[in-house]
Amino acid sequence: MYKTAKQNLPALFRMIAESQELYLPVRSAGQTNFACWSEEAEVDLESLNSVKSPKNVFFPQSENLYTVKRDGKKMKIEPEALRNQEFVIFGMRPCDVRGVEVLDKVFLADPPDTYYAARREHGTMVSLACREPEETCFCSAFGIDCTEPDADVAVWMIGEALYWKSRTDKGDALTGTVGSLLTEAEEQDVEETKEQVRGIIAKLPYSDLSLEGWNGEALTEKFDSEKWEELYKPCLACGTCTFVCPTCQCYDIKDYDTGSGVQRYRCWDSCMYSDFTMMAHGNNRTTQMQRFRQRFMHKLVYFPANNGGMYSCVGCGRCVGKCPSSLNIVKVVKAFQSEGGDK
Amino acid sequence: MQELVNHAKELLTSGSVARVLGWKTGDLPYNPEPAYFDSAEALEEFVYNGFCGANLSKYMIEASKLEGKTLIFLKPCDTYSFNQLLKEHRIDRDKAWIVGVGCHGKLDAEQIRCQGIKGIEAVTEAGAQLQIQTFYGDRTIDYSSALLERCHVCKGKEHQIYDELIGESEETNDEERFSQVAGIEQLNPEEKFAFFQKELSKCIRCNACRNVCPACSCRKCVFDSNKFDSAQKANVDSFEEKMFHIIRAFHVAGRCTDCGECSRVCPQGIPLHLFNRKFIKDIDELYGEFKAGEDAEAKGPLTDFTFDDAEPGIVAERG
Amino acid sequence: MSECTCQKDYQLDTLIPQIGIITDIRQETPDVKTFRVNARSGGKLFEHQPGQCAMVCAPGVSEGMFSITSSPTNQEYQEFSIKKCGILTDYLHSLEPGSEIMVRGPYGNNFPVETELKDKNLLFIAGGIGLAPLRSVINYVLDKRENYGTVDILYGSRSADDLVQLKEIQEVWMNTEGVNVHLTIDREQEGWDGNVGFVPAYLKELGFTTDKTVLVCGPPIMIKFVLAALEELGFSKEQVYTTLELRMKCGVGKCGRCNIGSKYVCKDGPVFRCDEVDEFPDEY
Repeated sequence: MYKTAKQNLPALFRMIAESQELYLPVRSAGQTNFACWSEEAEVDLESLNSVKSPKNVFFPQSENLYTVKRDGKKMKIEPEALRNQEFVIFGMRPCDVRGVEVLDKVFLADPPDTYYAARREHGTMVSLACREPEETCFCSAFGIDCTEPDADVAVWMIGEALYWKSRTDKGDALTGTVGSLLTEAEEQDVEETKEQVRGIIAKLPYSDLSLEGWNGEALTEKFDSEKWEELYKPCLACGTCTFVCPTCQCYDIKDYDTGSGVQRYRCWDSCMYSDFTMMAHGNNRTTQMQRFRQRFMHKLVYFPANNGGMYSCVGCGRCVGKCPSSLNIVKVVKAFQSEGGDK
Repeated sequence: MQELVNHAKELLTSGSVARVLGWKTGDLPYNPEPAYFDSAEALEEFVYNGFCGANLSKYMIEASKLEGKTLIFLKPCDTYSFNQLLKEHRIDRDKAWIVGVGCHGKLDAEQIRCQGIKGIEAVTEAGAQLQIQTFYGDRTIDYSSALLERCHVCKGKEHQIYDELIGESEETNDEERFSQVAGIEQLNPEEKFAFFQKELSKCIRCNACRNVCPACSCRKCVFDSNKFDSAQKANVDSFEEKMFHIIRAFHVAGRCTDCGECSRVCPQGIPLHLFNRKFIKDIDELYGEFKAGEDAEAKGPLTDFTFDDAEPGIVAERG
Repeated sequence: MSECTCQKDYQLDTLIPQIGIITDIRQETPDVKTFRVNARSGGKLFEHQPGQCAMVCAPGVSEGMFSITSSPTNQEYQEFSIKKCGILTDYLHSLEPGSEIMVRGPYGNNFPVETELKDKNLLFIAGGIGLAPLRSVINYVLDKRENYGTVDILYGSRSADDLVQLKEIQEVWMNTEGVNVHLTIDREQEGWDGNVGFVPAYLKELGFTTDKTVLVCGPPIMIKFVLAALEELGFSKEQVYTTLELRMKCGVGKCGRCNIGSKYVCKDGPVFRCDEVDEFPDEY
């Protein structure tokens, strides 16, 4: 365990940024989102969470896969180069780190997505433990301990100090880079704060959220339930929930004609959109109820069924705060709680 | 609020209305959700408090297609949207029983958080103050400091269309309507560009603004078309991130009632209302003062021709 | 940037296609064409198993998943039978032989020709363009005739002009020993003296014995009625295989479009046994 003074942070960031790209939460125009560090960036480690989850760093909202150039009748494919430069992402909350693990299950499964895999290989995650969890948090329902980050490096901001603990080889390498700013510290130094925070977590309104009855069991029962007809009504089908969610991974592949070649790019998509499953001869999900149901069945039933019980939700609470109609995954789980499990 | 619940229960049980469109208690103190209630029991979950900012009039489009009447609760600003939807034949007047509700201004949880308040446990409305209990201590703030942006420039608490009125209102207008727009108009082109570039670069193309907007009711939005080289879900290039909002503002110009929903729902807090308000200011200057949604009959200045209309040359004049 | 023309560069992402040439185009019916695709240097683009699909990509237009209708036992080329019904298929239908096209695959699972289907009596039931995926299995079976029992093919379409691969059916399949072909069209037509009636009705008329494994492919409504008819005839769901079709984009079970229940049609399908299909939520 190491530590450094809070006032050393700008120097720490500068040190890291000298040899690789550094992404961290930056406040811009009133909102905090992950962006590239620069001297002028207003780094924000106080806000609980960024608006857009950091999944953007590994799975960008839009990226070019390859370009096709035509030469008369002949075609030529130019694949986009894979990331081969190291980078660091600092300040991810433990829930977001778990979000990346969920994405790993999808993108690194056979056949592995090489674009994503390259970014994962070259990225070092530094996760910041939570100090002031808020009412929208429910990471504990998914077995995440927000006081014990599980990434390449775990850091805690306590008072005027930043505590630093490396957990992996990549973490060790990064520790080496900034070693001159770190001094030794005891594990004990963070224990008190951890206990305090755990105490707050226990009092949060969603702390007793029960996932019993989900996880691949009773698939048909949940699917056929009439509760969906009530739940989906306010949904605007806007897709905000999918875009701020750290685990949503659906994407679309489209073409963009630049005039001197066609770029085939991949971009985020949302199963909430009406044309998500549209085929030439029809659509198997024509109503918003079906699409609404699909999103939550996927997150709470289908994904765990395929991935050993891991849910496609990490309890970050972004959907709770950002849905224009105040819908969220907690309301869905609770609606079925009376049916499928006890508190 | 109990009066609203009782009245709704009465109309429901007597069969005068088939369902009630209102707000349902959320699981946190500040997130009630728009909901349909179809029984007196269901109405036990009805809530009408300072966080009921959502404009229910757009849900009437779907409700118009259902059997029987729908009792809909409308705040004063919501009635403008309702009139506008009527004018555009998107909803059926006969299918709605409008109860105009009183309004003291609606609150924005983001504005509360901006004051450094975290971990909200409970919120109590106490007249001109808000008492907020949090996990990190209690705070009391001015009610007006947590208002939605649109409440500061409220058009007035008079309902433009209703079948009956319940509840008292309080004026919340404390800012000149076009002051923000005028402020930006003063900037030079580079500054204006920089300001909007910074704000719009936050956009994640979630389309919440479009989907909540009562003026955006096209069955198939132009941005959802396959034939148009936009991805509608990703800022593939900077064209989209800037132009989507400006194009949408043009599409609703003259029909936008300044209900403020677009800014309320934006997850990135982009002040979208600025575009729409700028257009309203321009329309007022060019065609005479016009408030969309004031009634359901008057022709809008952009869909009506008079010989007094501004000549195209005015664009060159303004530079 | 490297020019990719073969799959030997294993580091390239599976989303990156190869470039092939359309060497032949056959007009099968008014709205179905069969495209023959070869690698630029001749030969096939890749190997596949019967029932598998590939993504055919037209740059600037879009990509679509199509089943490979030729059998893997065909060493020279691969074929796709494509019906004209949307933006991409319209574009493909406008191409001439010699045009280049991008293909990536193979994707999906295959009919278990080397396992469950071996030594069995087979009954193929197809409707319209549904013959395309089954054709790869039929030709595979005919090329390895000794490994399989009797072969019955029941194929129907709207009219005689809508029967896909009619030439091959009449010249090859009908003339192969141990293969019985039963054709039907929906309505009476001049010049047609074969059976007239919908496929499920004809199926019940023919009254097959239940010692067969059944492979069904066609429009969803036809499959529904065929399955009901098969049940009536005494077939159990474990004896029947079918293919499901949903919108697909990535083809590798990641983009989420073809997700149904806990399966991805592009990866765990498109071939499913009917008892598996029963477990899916009711939305396909």
